[in-house]
Amino acid sequence: MLAVARRFLRAEEDARDAVQDAFLSAFRAIDRFEGDARLSTWLHRIVVNAALMKLRSRQRKPEISIEELLPKYLEDGHHADPPSLWQRSAESLLEQHELRHAVRDQIDRLPDNYRTVLLLRDIEEFTTDETAQILDVTENAVKIRLHRARQALRELIGALPEIQR
Amino acid sequence: MTCRDLADFLMAYLDDELPADQRASFSAHLDECPPCLAYLKTYEETVKLGKSVCSDPQGPVPDDVPERLIQAILSAREQN
Repeated sequence: MLAVARRFLRAEEDARDAVQDAFLSAFRAIDRFEGDARLSTWLHRIVVNAALMKLRSRQRKPEISIEELLPKYLEDGHHADPPSLWQRSAESLLEQHELRHAVRDQIDRLPDNYRTVLLLRDIEEFTTDETAQILDVTENAVKIRLHRARQALRELIGALPEIQR
Repeated sequence: MTCRDLADFLMAYLDDELPADQRASFSAHLDECPPCLAYLKTYEETVKLGKSVCSDPQGPVPDDVPERLIQAILSAREQN
């Protein structure tokens, strides 16, 4: 549960607080636990909600603009800066401990609205529908934010010097 | 289809949510546009990297651990 909270919250103290809040919520809501759901799934959702509540209560730091990280196009719709393949595969990059950290750091640089959707969909593996419910937004908004978050993360990772070596 | 269109609908393409005719023009564009093919591949690599670096090194929480946790919560509640 702490590992889940740490993915959403940058400060260790906040992550620990969120887990504590989640335990309290679980204690209070145990009567409402529906036996047909898996306990691990139920608790997972509770800790994610606690982490998101904590995230919303934190003062926002200045965020990078998502627009700056999206691909740019010429008037005719062609790439303004044509993308190229990375020199190394994801598998080979993951063997480097420092690079794993660097990728984590890039995820943390994403604006919270986008980072949260990326974490919920790609990492915590909630469905589009579940993510929309958790964030109280439409499914279409989830899809748009996820795609933009992935595009922005691609740009940030692609700019790492290790990627082009 | 332009490169911009391709990038806009990339996720729908990968999720197999495009109608057959759009999917065909998407594939045709990829066949003749190396930058878009590179964009698609690096987009996929990005998703893979993100999932991998955020995965819990100790693996997912086993189902029996939450079960024990709930039992502990319930017994603590009975004692109160």
